[in-house]
Amino acid sequence: MTAYQLPVFIPFTYLAFAVLIPLVGLWKRKLSHPMAVTGSGLAAGLSLYGFAAYVNTGPIHHTFGGWQPPIGIEFVYDGLSAFFLLVINMVAFLVLLHSKPVAAREFRGKRMPFYSVTMLLMLGFNGIVSTGDLFNLYVFLEISSLSSYGLIAIGNRHAPFAAFRYLVLGTIGGSMYLLGLGFLYISTGTLNIIDMAAMLPHFAGKPPVLTGLILMTVGIGIKAALFPMHGWLPDAYTFASSTSSALIAPTGTKVGAYILIRVLLYLFGIESMDAVFKVSSVLGMLAGAGILYGSIMAIAQSELKRMLAYSSVSQIGYIIMGLSLANPAGFVGAVLHVLNHAAMKACLFLVAANLRFREGHSNIRLFNDTYRKKYPWTMACFTVAAVSMVGLPPMAGFFSKWYLVLGTIANANWVLLAVILMSSLLNAVYFFRVLEKVYMKNPDKESPAGEEAVVMNREVKPLMLAPVVILATGIIVIGIMNMSVVSYILKMFPG
Amino acid sequence: MVESFAPLFPVLVSLGAVPLIVASRNKPNLRESWTILAALSKFFLVLNLLPYASQGITVEAKIFEISPGLPLLLRADPFGVYFATVASGLWILTSFYSIGYVRGAPEKKQTRYFSCFAVCLSATMGIAFAGNLLTFILFYEILTLATYPLVIHKENKEAIGAGRQYLIYTLTAGVLLIAGTAIIYSSIGQIDFRAGGILGNSAFPSNMMVWVFLLFLGGVGVKSALMPIHSWLPSAMAAPTPVSALLHAVAVVKSGVFGMIRVVGYVFGTEVMAGFGLNDILITVSGATIILASLMAFSQDNLKRRLAYSTVGHLSYVVLGAALLTPLGMAGGVMHIAAHATMKITLFFCAGAIYVNLHRQNISDLDGIAKVMPFTMASFTIASMGLAGLPPVNGFLSKWYLAMGSLEGHMVVPVLILIVSGVLNVGYFFPIVHRAYFHRGVGLSGHGEASPFMVVPIVITALLSVLLGIFPNLFFGLFDIAGVVSASIFEGVAR
Repeated sequence: MTAYQLPVFIPFTYLAFAVLIPLVGLWKRKLSHPMAVTGSGLAAGLSLYGFAAYVNTGPIHHTFGGWQPPIGIEFVYDGLSAFFLLVINMVAFLVLLHSKPVAAREFRGKRMPFYSVTMLLMLGFNGIVSTGDLFNLYVFLEISSLSSYGLIAIGNRHAPFAAFRYLVLGTIGGSMYLLGLGFLYISTGTLNIIDMAAMLPHFAGKPPVLTGLILMTVGIGIKAALFPMHGWLPDAYTFASSTSSALIAPTGTKVGAYILIRVLLYLFGIESMDAVFKVSSVLGMLAGAGILYGSIMAIAQSELKRMLAYSSVSQIGYIIMGLSLANPAGFVGAVLHVLNHAAMKACLFLVAANLRFREGHSNIRLFNDTYRKKYPWTMACFTVAAVSMVGLPPMAGFFSKWYLVLGTIANANWVLLAVILMSSLLNAVYFFRVLEKVYMKNPDKESPAGEEAVVMNREVKPLMLAPVVILATGIIVIGIMNMSVVSYILKMFPG
Repeated sequence: MVESFAPLFPVLVSLGAVPLIVASRNKPNLRESWTILAALSKFFLVLNLLPYASQGITVEAKIFEISPGLPLLLRADPFGVYFATVASGLWILTSFYSIGYVRGAPEKKQTRYFSCFAVCLSATMGIAFAGNLLTFILFYEILTLATYPLVIHKENKEAIGAGRQYLIYTLTAGVLLIAGTAIIYSSIGQIDFRAGGILGNSAFPSNMMVWVFLLFLGGVGVKSALMPIHSWLPSAMAAPTPVSALLHAVAVVKSGVFGMIRVVGYVFGTEVMAGFGLNDILITVSGATIILASLMAFSQDNLKRRLAYSTVGHLSYVVLGAALLTPLGMAGGVMHIAAHATMKITLFFCAGAIYVNLHRQNISDLDGIAKVMPFTMASFTIASMGLAGLPPVNGFLSKWYLAMGSLEGHMVVPVLILIVSGVLNVGYFFPIVHRAYFHRGVGLSGHGEASPFMVVPIVITALLSVLLGIFPNLFFGLFDIAGVVSASIFEGVAR
């Protein structure tokens, strides 16, 4: 396999395993998990290799069947794709590794289809990130969407309806994207991203292009849970199984953000985007509203997964706000936050999974300070991730906020600056509330005489603990080493 | 300027002690010896830097870049060495005192206590040696995080409420600092601390000068306990007394006023401060704080709370000194950092000894205790004399310089404020001394002094206050260094 074939191998590893898992699974159900882990592990490894190859040699264009673009479909492995592929595949690997005991408990009879659909989901995500053709992107978007509806439906008894709601909204989103794409195709005559990007400046102000832009942005905004089109997210993340939440939350909305970055910054560019009216400002405002809304709603939640879901709405707002600023600092903040948030959210959802596994619930009201002794490592990782979400140094979250702040100042956008700062404090409220409950005795509860009962360490098995610890360590390392990531991201900035 | 990793070692040495402390959690004597070792090594490492400081030479260590163009910069300039010497020296005494206190009280969770202390002192060293605003913010926030477990140590309702208030105030201050720093960085591309300031003669827009100063005022003002953002400090008295002593009399609040002088002298510079009337704002706020805090001290019956309000007032002495914008005033402010530290720590140590020994916290219960705790009360008397500005204690010297500085700047009002405050100090300390010596005690039979671990540090700090009042250069030439610091700010040059 050469570097030329890498852009194909990474997504298609998942396709291969998506087919293999049912075949092998029907024979031996137990092999589903190891095969899923192998598949994602291979893909993660290939992403890592590909990332190194990209840094050394440069973008890779793979044209399928030798048919040259713009007629043929090509996969483009450039800086942004390499970065996103690495992030989502590493997260998927760690989450799938973690999933074995959860799967055995939460959806025992459906493990084989679950892992197979997971592979299809990752195929969809990887395809979206790798492709250089806009209609091909839609195909992979639908693949990933349908898989995610299925994965979310495998949950508690509320899950199927949450999945159904997501299905309706997601299909509307996908259809709007397709419609918007149609308008762009009519105007420019091509579906290839690079080709269309060269042509769009000539057509930027024309009504069909503007219509296409708005339709695509709103359509993808639904998938990316941009406020106010986020309504499907809280229920979907809360009622899905622990593994599905942990898999989709760090990756799904990020891929939506990827599409927005590609379309708005690479395809259109800041001048074409704002040709008729300031789309970027509107996007920034919506993102800012989403940030505040998500944080405030998170404070009101008593269930950990739901709190994390609203927190995700808030965090995706950071990313979209960063890209709407369209300056290097904002871009760096947005893309760095993709990495940071993927690591943090995956860690947090896996912690929730661990707690659910041991306690049977993740209701914050029932948390108490025995957790500190029962799950020392899990709670330590939760603390690291929580501190990072609040944006305190030296964790990774501080640095993405720093660049976003610089980005808002560069545009003299004081409102968005205040939004970012305000949301840090709001994040502190709902995260420190959990930490207080877990680390400190409830001062209102009088402990019965002779308490200080011996609390055994009931930490989860290494298979479930290791991914959490790896992610938490990653958060600290990314924070300290953020310069290397940032210098890489700066080179990606279009124009 | 000399390049060397010497400023890094004091920061790291106590961080390195933390795993050792945690590992020896079941062997208290071994665990405590790690703290003592770390404190001693830190102090000697800082002493290494003193010869450079007294000659005005800066020792610099660029660690690595944490943001494009912004390194993690540790720069041991005279002011940083001054603060580091005070903090690390007093940590040695506090460590011995802590041992006596936590074992005498007795306090639970001692491992958490000692490890958090070590992290706090590491962060304080980082603040002292921070060479640019971003490094400063990094360590400032780490200090906030590390002091939180110490504030809530007792885990009763009062402590948890105090902890929440502490976080709200300090995290808000943190985001204000980040905003101010980002604005300066966006405008002039650098955020180094340079004696004489970086905003004068720079491209920084004039219309933003006051706003950015207000951001910084809020940012460092919280930890400096300026009114009206001071109320976290009296609430934080819910923490164990050694915490109040070192952190809320030395490390945390002195970091605040240290930051204030850094902002006034090393970021804005005296010309900018005067040119935009920023010093008037500062004089008003600090003057009001001095008077109001001294007045509020009268109404406190709880000894520690009275000391807390006294601290609020005395911190504003330092801020006032900086705001006077005269060489003598600046020197007075810098001197008061050390003077107030030694005196206040004595008072807090006494309060803790009284609590551990007699379980009394209120001044109305302190009748006649001088008979059973003569050394403690003698030290208390000396320290209160110094805070009131009476010779031969070092408090007189710093106050004298502040008054001289005010006259040098042709301002009479600050002198009046200092005089009134002196009278008020006598007013709220004298009754305590009078009660202890001249009233008849109740229920004191059979009690003696507290453990030597506590009494010896008390006597040492009281002696230090007197000796430094008579021979200001006796220990490490601190008086001269204060002069060097002041001179460098006004000459705008640091070799």
